[in-house]
Amino acid sequence: MPAVSKGDGMRGLAVFISDIRNCKSKEAEIKRINKELANIRSKFKGDKALDGYSKKKYVCKLLFIFLLGHDIDFGHMEAVNLLSSNKYTEKQIGYLFISVLVNSNSELIRLINNAIKNDLSSRNPTFMCLALHCIANVGSREMAEAFASEIPRILVAGDTMDSVKQSAALCLLRLYKTSPDLVLMGEWTSRVVHLLNDQHMGVVTAAISLITCLSQKNPDEFKTCVSLAVSRLSRIVSSASTDLQDYTYYFVPAPWLSCKLLRLLQCYPPPEDGAVKGRLVECLETILNKAQEPPKSKKVQHSNAKNAILFEAISLIIHYDSEPNLLVRACNQLGQFLQHRETNLRYLALESMCTLASSEFSHEAVKTHIETVINALKTERDVSVRQRAADLLYAMCDRSNAKQIVAEMLSYLETADYSIREEMVLKVAILAEKYAIDYSWYVDTILNLIRIAGDYVSEEVWYRVIQIVINRDDVQGYAAKTVFEALQAPACHENMVKVGGYILGEFGNLIAGDPRSSPLVQFNLLHSKFHLCSVPTRALLLSAYIKFINLFPETKATIQEVLRCDSQIRNSDVELQQRAVEYLKLSSIASTDVLATVLEEMPPFPERESSILAKLKKKKGPGAVSVTELEDSKREGGELNGGGDRGPDTAAMAASNTSTPSPSADLLGIRSAAPVGAAPSSAGSLLVDVFSEAGPTAPSAAVNDDGFLRDLEQPTETSDSLLVEGSGDLDSAPPSEDPAPPLSEADELLNKFVCKNNGVLFENQLLQIGIKSEYRQNLGRMYLFYGNKTSVQFASFTTTVSCPGELQSQLNVQTKPVEPLVEGGAQIQQVLNIECLSDFSEAPLLNIKFRYGGALQNLTLKLPVTINKFFQPTEMSSHDFFQRWKQLSQPQQEAQKIFKANHSMDTEVLKAKLLGLGTALLDNVDPNPENYVCAGVIQTKSQQVGCLLRLEPNAQAQMYRLTLRCSKDSVSRRLCELLAQQF
Amino acid sequence: MPPQIRFILIQNRAGKTRLAKWYMQFDDDEKQKLIEEVHAVVTVRDAKHTNFVEFRNFKIIYRRYAGLYFCICVDVTDNNLAYLEGIHNFVEVLNEYFHNVCELDLVFNFYKVYTVVDEMFLAGEIRETSQTKVLKQLLMLQSLE
Repeated sequence: MPAVSKGDGMRGLAVFISDIRNCKSKEAEIKRINKELANIRSKFKGDKALDGYSKKKYVCKLLFIFLLGHDIDFGHMEAVNLLSSNKYTEKQIGYLFISVLVNSNSELIRLINNAIKNDLSSRNPTFMCLALHCIANVGSREMAEAFASEIPRILVAGDTMDSVKQSAALCLLRLYKTSPDLVLMGEWTSRVVHLLNDQHMGVVTAAISLITCLSQKNPDEFKTCVSLAVSRLSRIVSSASTDLQDYTYYFVPAPWLSCKLLRLLQCYPPPEDGAVKGRLVECLETILNKAQEPPKSKKVQHSNAKNAILFEAISLIIHYDSEPNLLVRACNQLGQFLQHRETNLRYLALESMCTLASSEFSHEAVKTHIETVINALKTERDVSVRQRAADLLYAMCDRSNAKQIVAEMLSYLETADYSIREEMVLKVAILAEKYAIDYSWYVDTILNLIRIAGDYVSEEVWYRVIQIVINRDDVQGYAAKTVFEALQAPACHENMVKVGGYILGEFGNLIAGDPRSSPLVQFNLLHSKFHLCSVPTRALLLSAYIKFINLFPETKATIQEVLRCDSQIRNSDVELQQRAVEYLKLSSIASTDVLATVLEEMPPFPERESSILAKLKKKKGPGAVSVTELEDSKREGGELNGGGDRGPDTAAMAASNTSTPSPSADLLGIRSAAPVGAAPSSAGSLLVDVFSEAGPTAPSAAVNDDGFLRDLEQPTETSDSLLVEGSGDLDSAPPSEDPAPPLSEADELLNKFVCKNNGVLFENQLLQIGIKSEYRQNLGRMYLFYGNKTSVQFASFTTTVSCPGELQSQLNVQTKPVEPLVEGGAQIQQVLNIECLSDFSEAPLLNIKFRYGGALQNLTLKLPVTINKFFQPTEMSSHDFFQRWKQLSQPQQEAQKIFKANHSMDTEVLKAKLLGLGTALLDNVDPNPENYVCAGVIQTKSQQVGCLLRLEPNAQAQMYRLTLRCSKDSVSRRLCELLAQQF
Repeated sequence: MPPQIRFILIQNRAGKTRLAKWYMQFDDDEKQKLIEEVHAVVTVRDAKHTNFVEFRNFKIIYRRYAGLYFCICVDVTDNNLAYLEGIHNFVEVLNEYFHNVCELDLVFNFYKVYTVVDEMFLAGEIRETSQTKVLKQLLMLQSLE
């Protein structure tokens, strides 16, 4: 086959590239480039018209310069000119330039789209492909608008060349991903699905990607693809290794297409049709059988291609999770790979087995490989393989092997890579908790964790061990004894000191009988660590000391002396100083009874999902990439975390602690909620040591560790109220805080309902508010549905509707109070009766307050009652319309706005919105058929206001001009304001 | 977003980019950062390592040919081996087309490499896998003026 020579065709380009390559320094390169840019600029500006070849050459040079990383600010027009050349090489360079340097210059977009349009209709397959590739590469909204309706036609037309079909299918896929609203498959669906039967395997390969994407979004409409995919797959799988000629890759028939077919099937449940299902199972069995056959080639390409299909087949088997036989066979096959000499296969086998471990049918089969996996954890050279081994051990862990797995993971931790230590620690902590039969094993494990990998033990982990010890009195003595022993070590990790301080402060009395751990010995041991610790740990220790005074009166004098010394009572750290002063005072003036009450043992923590688990899920959830991906990952993260499980607590946290810069607070939109009186304020509240860590002293920790705060929140509140001499039972007292200011997005939420009456007004992790409303004349009725999305009761649930300012005299809203308790998962309803007295501009406010797990939720929304709800449509002729239009000609009666389109400019969508507005949409009135005119009368108790509306879209510029003329100027202004947000 | 190729990169050991094909929107700074990060994760790995690296929310499937790293960034759920062989298939086409391809061919004919890529990968998906078909098409284009 003839080879392509270097830079053939464009000598000047080759010379330039050589020059650049010969530059000895960056400066020389820049100099050479600037010279070239000047030369090109002068050529483009010169009087002499450039021929196509020169234009191509210069544009190509510019492209090269851009790809080197330099800015290019000219040449776009010349590139666009190349598009209309009828020489392939010129056109190609033009399209390449456009694809690489996408520019949203609207003037050029129009020209580019014109050129594309010409090429698409040229019937020249080469040009059509170039145009389609350009659309697929750029994929802009403008292109979608221009071509989304044309491409399906090209795709299914009988006379379209195969290569064009391939490009059209993927081009359409790109447009569907960027602008799904513009790609309407409707009538094409069945013909697109039938591309799976196309004779040309390349067409099937391209089309199946489109079909898979469409199936994910509209599974029902595309479900006929299942049987077609099965029969196509069956034909490939049963073909001999040479049958498919061009599509056989290293003796494997159509490996990529097979993978894509198996992946498409993963969009659907197992086929219901017995025959189809039988055929598919046969395919899967054949694929598994082939894995056992001797290889037809020693080349790695052969085995990779074969195994690509095998792994995809196993994914499908796992997806179905209904064929025990296949699942076990898959597991056995993966088991063989676990010891394969190819690292890739070992890695993929570990990864795939991880999902098999969660199937009830194959869990036991996976467990048989435990020794191999442990060995992988110890011996694999590639850290990512070890990581997969650790994941698999975690996934295959159950009560029967927990002790072995935890022990192996712990010993691995001693040498584990830094990059995976924290995750390993979390996993060990979770397994230890989940499968703990005796809690002494659990306590030992966690303390070992702190000993081995103290730096990687996040706060969740040590908070959790404290929670568990506090909640289980059978382990408290053992825990006290074990921490006491652990603290004997000359150098122990600060986290150990924290756990030790907390546990001895609570349960030191349980081991005080032994003279080797008498109260004073305990105290001295703790205090020997004091000076090496950070401020938060010292604060915690001070609290442990005051607890000692209560537990062991005999230590009082010693401890008071410690508190009294200058390094405590005059400590430069305010927190420490305050604690020392207050504890000293408390211990000197309070009676034994008061001390005993104040310093009582911590109450049990409410049982919730482990905060560590939440943290692990969060860690496992993808981190951030680009801004666009960030959105994706937020969503993914939410799903991974089961949203509801974690969300409510996070929400409660965000609401109760406004000073915590929680990332989720913004998402939930309740940052403005008032803080609860008992929010962790640390100062003075001696029992909240654990909390102060995440409070003001370590705000960064709080950001990452939402999970923990919520777990410890409730006790804070109770203990705090004890200190301030009991402010009463918070849960039964109605919340007295002022209503929160309206949410920042309240206006946005309101805007959603201008053209519709029903829907979800608001939703966060806790609460969903739905709306149904109907209007007649100047009266309206609105049904509000409050849904509790959590499994926990909302207490003191109150809602208040208010009409601020002058709205009070314009709108009359009446309602009855709702039930104060909303059970978990329940929904309650509230009816509002609305009367419009005169025209208005503001919206009534809806304030909702309730307690969720002790934290007050307080949020305020705008109720979507807008002036247009009281419209009566008015039909009129063109003549009447314009006559009235002229009558309303005083400048203040008219309000006009020119604005950019924010939503689809599709005719049907616009019509639906204008009808939703409540006016009559008048046909054949405006001389320009592109324009929309509407008429209606707004009914208020005091007067009727006639309104005329004219909306002039400019599709090219993506702009609208909106004009309103009403008999009352305030109405014109308000309607104009409201409507400008709608289109 | 459904799984698809996020980008294809060809880099040499020194980190010079020989081809960058982006299948989703990144701004120029982001692209530069990605290029550097990919280079950093891929070049530290040796032959005993897998051909896959976790990368942000994605994974990179890569293969080294002489001094060039061919990298494809895909979603974590995508089929590793299919893309690994996708790279090889692409390299074999380049090799045939440029007759024993070397790094310099990619430098001097950068605009043709884009054509080869578009024949085989489009919109982040595999478009054509038959080497015969792709080469036939490329030679046909080559013959056009």
